Amino acid sequence: MQEAAKKGAAAAPKGRIEIDFERCKACELCVPACPKNCIEMGRRINAGGFAAAVFARPEDCTGCAICAESCPDVCIEVWR
Amino acid sequence: MTDRGKDRFTKKVYARPKSLVDVKSHFCPGCHHGIAHRILAETIDHFGLREQTVGVACVGCAVFLYDYIDVDVAEAPHGRAPAVATGVKRAQPDKFVFTYQGDGDLAAIGTSEVIHAANRGENITVLFVNNTTYGMTGGQMAPTTMLGQKTSTSPYGRDFRKDGYPIKMAELLATLEGTAYSARVATSTPAQIRKAKEAVKKAFEMQIKEMGFSIVEFLSTCPTNWGMKPLDAQKRVLGEMSEYFPLGVYKERKQADFL
Repeated sequence: MQEAAKKGAAAAPKGRIEIDFERCKACELCVPACPKNCIEMGRRINAGGFAAAVFARPEDCTGCAICAESCPDVCIEVWR
Repeated sequence: MTDRGKDRFTKKVYARPKSLVDVKSHFCPGCHHGIAHRILAETIDHFGLREQTVGVACVGCAVFLYDYIDVDVAEAPHGRAPAVATGVKRAQPDKFVFTYQGDGDLAAIGTSEVIHAANRGENITVLFVNNTTYGMTGGQMAPTTMLGQKTSTSPYGRDFRKDGYPIKMAELLATLEGTAYSARVATSTPAQIRKAKEAVKKAFEMQIKEMGFSIVEFLSTCPTNWGMKPLDAQKRVLGEMSEYFPLGVYKERKQADFL
């Protein structure tokens, strides 16, 4: 985090998403939708039996909300 | 890191639309019904119509519309949603009335109802979700099934000599005089999702301005019955399906006077 701060403000994230772990059905549609490749499929399995997507690279997030618009189960919230 | 982020980013830029009930949907993973539901809920919120909307749901995967969209919903017999919507709109012309139908419902069993509702110029909005199969009943062949597509009732693929050709409803309904707006959209890429939302807004505007019948056809996926992964199903929509069912606006009426 400190190293990122040294590189300047450009490296800092501009937004943050939150994926609802229990609602995610692991359809993977958000993974190619993210223009910065911030989302990956996780390993933890939720109550529905799905290995939910995780917000793997928060440092690149711009808060564009494209992932949230692509999610068929509306389980992504975006903050900026 | 996450805690720091929580403090820094306080403005919520994307959340579940108010008209979409906060429950887990029964749709299969990767089903585009969820995206169509969200677009519908966002558009209802956009026009502030939640308290004066009556939806009419079809039979099929979208039958549980009343569980997901926070408006009054009437259930119609299979295919008869445009007929029920006609009655609702004529009895209460101040209400906003939409139907939400699948391709087995609108293009097979309810072809007559939708064609005559459009031809009468009924002031209703139809959202038509085309996934080229009967989703809920186990993937049987629908009139929209692509040539060569294997389904549980066409195990060797659809053959035009025996089963005819996939029906293009958006084009068909655009030829009728009563139709004010007819468009086909897809929801497989972020750009397409935004275009789809614009099309639904246009269709809603047509009813608000009393221009006549409006329909938006969504090209959707059915990963379960196609036997594909959700991402492969999306590629099918972008390739094979978009070629046969071209996206675009087929009719857009500019003025309310008909002739």
